Amino acid sequence: MNIFEQVWSWLTDPDNWTRSINGPGIPYHVLKHLQYTGVAILIAALIAVPLGIYIGHTGRGSFLVVGIANSFRAIPELGLLILLVLAMGIALAVEAVTIALVSLAIPPLLAGTYAGIRNVDRDVVDAARGMGMREWDVVWRVELPIALPLILGGLRAATLQVIATASIAAFVSLDGLGRFVIDGRAFGADGGYAMMAGGAVLIAALAIAVELVLAGVQRLAVSPGLQTRRMRRRVARVWAQPKLITAEESS
Amino acid sequence: MRWVLDHAGELLDTTWEHLGLALIPVLVGLLISVPLGWAAHRWRAARAILVPASSLLYTIPSLALFVLMPLLLGTRILDPLNVQAALTIYTVALLVRSVADALDAVPGETIAAATAVGYGAVRRFFAVELPLSLPVLIAGVRVAAVSNISLVSVGAIIGVGGLGFYLTHGSQLSPPNYAEIVAGLVLIVVLALVVDALLVVLGRWLTPWTRARGRVVTA
Amino acid sequence: MIEFQAVTKTYPDGTVAVDRLDLTIEDGRITVFVGPSGCGKTTSLRMINRMIDPTSGTIRLNGADVRESAPAKLRRGIGYVIQHAGLFPHRTVIDNVATVPVLNGTGRRAARARAAELLELVGLPAGLAKRYPAQLSGGQQQRVGVARALAADPPVLLMDEPFSAVDPIVRDDLQQQLLRLQSELGKTIVFVTHDIDEAIKLGDKVAVLRVGGTLAQYDTPSALLAKPADEFVASFVGRDRGYRALGFLAAKGIELAPVAKVPLGTEVGAARGRLEGGWAIVVDERDRPAGWVSADLLSSLDSSAKLEATDLISGGSLYQVDAEAGGTAGTLRNALDAALSSPSQLGIAVDADGAVVGGISADTVLAALGAARESGEVPV
Repeated sequence: MNIFEQVWSWLTDPDNWTRSINGPGIPYHVLKHLQYTGVAILIAALIAVPLGIYIGHTGRGSFLVVGIANSFRAIPELGLLILLVLAMGIALAVEAVTIALVSLAIPPLLAGTYAGIRNVDRDVVDAARGMGMREWDVVWRVELPIALPLILGGLRAATLQVIATASIAAFVSLDGLGRFVIDGRAFGADGGYAMMAGGAVLIAALAIAVELVLAGVQRLAVSPGLQTRRMRRRVARVWAQPKLITAEESS
Repeated sequence: MRWVLDHAGELLDTTWEHLGLALIPVLVGLLISVPLGWAAHRWRAARAILVPASSLLYTIPSLALFVLMPLLLGTRILDPLNVQAALTIYTVALLVRSVADALDAVPGETIAAATAVGYGAVRRFFAVELPLSLPVLIAGVRVAAVSNISLVSVGAIIGVGGLGFYLTHGSQLSPPNYAEIVAGLVLIVVLALVVDALLVVLGRWLTPWTRARGRVVTA
Repeated sequence: MIEFQAVTKTYPDGTVAVDRLDLTIEDGRITVFVGPSGCGKTTSLRMINRMIDPTSGTIRLNGADVRESAPAKLRRGIGYVIQHAGLFPHRTVIDNVATVPVLNGTGRRAARARAAELLELVGLPAGLAKRYPAQLSGGQQQRVGVARALAADPPVLLMDEPFSAVDPIVRDDLQQQLLRLQSELGKTIVFVTHDIDEAIKLGDKVAVLRVGGTLAQYDTPSALLAKPADEFVASFVGRDRGYRALGFLAAKGIELAPVAKVPLGTEVGAARGRLEGGWAIVVDERDRPAGWVSADLLSSLDSSAKLEATDLISGGSLYQVDAEAGGTAGTLRNALDAALSSPSQLGIAVDADGAVVGGISADTVLAALGAARESGEVPV
């Protein structure tokens, strides 16, 4: 059979869903992939979002944001993974990869949060203070909800980056859907490519699925008042400054 | 350090290879994106298709795209064309949006003035709209170039060349050859920074009006 | 009562925004700060609710130094309206208006009910309550801003160029609305504008500030027009001072002249016989003026034809006899303008329903002005 059929049959083979060459089947690796991603995003968010809010609200340290956001794009993910795992030892591979994933997730989250807070209309903040809100109320009740589209945009960019890098984590002995690509390659000509391509299809599907879920979350979480065409255009204009953020617009 | 000096020639060759793998897609991608971006700018229906399609393509992780290319192109797995094709797709996905937005941002009055002066649509595009969109375009090209340089290294996982080779090869030796790994990493980063800087210079050279400072004083 | 006592604001780079400002703002009145860019009017306003703190001097609100209250607490009791409204885009209109009551602890339902009342007060349709600010026009947003400022019923209202960002027709409307509101609510309003006409129109008292933050004159609008303190104030107040000052003189006891009225649909031949001085005003079925006819015009028409609206010469402005109508209604300025802009040189006077009640000539107005001067009504 031709290559398409081979890949299709690999994907639909029930065996592959229970076990694979080196152990557990597809569902296990999907979950592992999501686990690595989820943990890294959570940690990165806990660091980047408060930091972004602080820098955006007070204006201090904005050089930090632009510097970080730009420079991290130049670091090759594979190199980062390899170095960290080698430095920390194979026993701590999961921790090392997590550190790498977190450091790749922080720049987009930081940039998105900073941009979001910064782009809240100064008049709105002035009015909020003028009507007697304390600083904390201004941040929590006014700036954050308005900044949400851009913050979630940063979240989506970060998640994309982490899912992509987690796909390579198999190279440094971790699980996740990248396992099929690496193992398939080692397997060689006989059915090896089918496994690689099958893994690739799964990776792409996972990435797209997560992206759609996050887009849905964004639609639900963001106030309808910010989703009118006029407001969406404002957000898109900020988002489209490639200097600040890597990925595409929040829709 | 010994290792680096010993392999200097090889490193240089691989660097050129890496550049080619990363930057040719940028060029090709740009050539494809300009007409597509113009279509998205001009017709709402085109924009409604192209923008979501770009977003979707951009979502697919690079490794997946590299692996799936042979399926789509009919090439061998180890063909570097796979990486270049995939990176072209990424570049287009990134730049179509940039081009459309950049063209949108050209002030309506400027276009009207150009038409009134007598420029035909095609000439006007090349003489007025395209130059004015350059700053945004160049920013997009910078992102694409730097990302691509980084992403080419991922191709090492499926065996395609470029400086990523030193990362994978060096780490798979026993004991791992740190010099090799670090050399690869440093070269990739330096390459990205240098290309970025060159693009900035190119951008400034192409858009002298953005450099102009100060006012002309009339006596 | 708000008192400014030797209030000064200087910035680290040396700019003096406000220079030893001394003035007292009376309760229940609209006080306007007006002046060119850089005169410190906005800075002074923002020192009242501590958005900015003075470098020296004191501001007292009902006797107490504003610096003794925590800023947030102070501001809850002061309404604040700014140029672009600053509405919260992520909240509905009704929730925007309900913001301060909710902050103060009122339950959401009660706060929304109050907000609904206020929306009605500022003249917004109830259907707008559930909309979001991005869906409103500039004028509508501004009204919501005013409603929001009034929600907690503060005694003081600060307004920083609130109507500057909307077009002139909407601005006029908003100004009228403010005056109506004020006659109902009687708040202490401090209003900042760069537009002297707006200041004169709205202010019970107007403070003209100079670049560098010093007070040039603090007076009623009519005094400002009649007796500017110096060259700067005179030129800032602008041209046609004398004419504009007429807007403050009531046209009491002005005698209206009888004017020839011809209803629409009258035969041209009959109309010719009714002209007085070569002119007649044509009125509709409710006695409202539709336009003029002159001897020349009628001679060009067929005698048996009926007069229609398209045949008429359009008239000038109308002299509104009823002063309650607001604006310059019932003033000498209104009467004079009607007389001057009429094609027949006889201004048309109308009552509150818009029906023609008589005519007015420029001479009559000037005679009335002379009488007003003699009786001491005009400030000298």
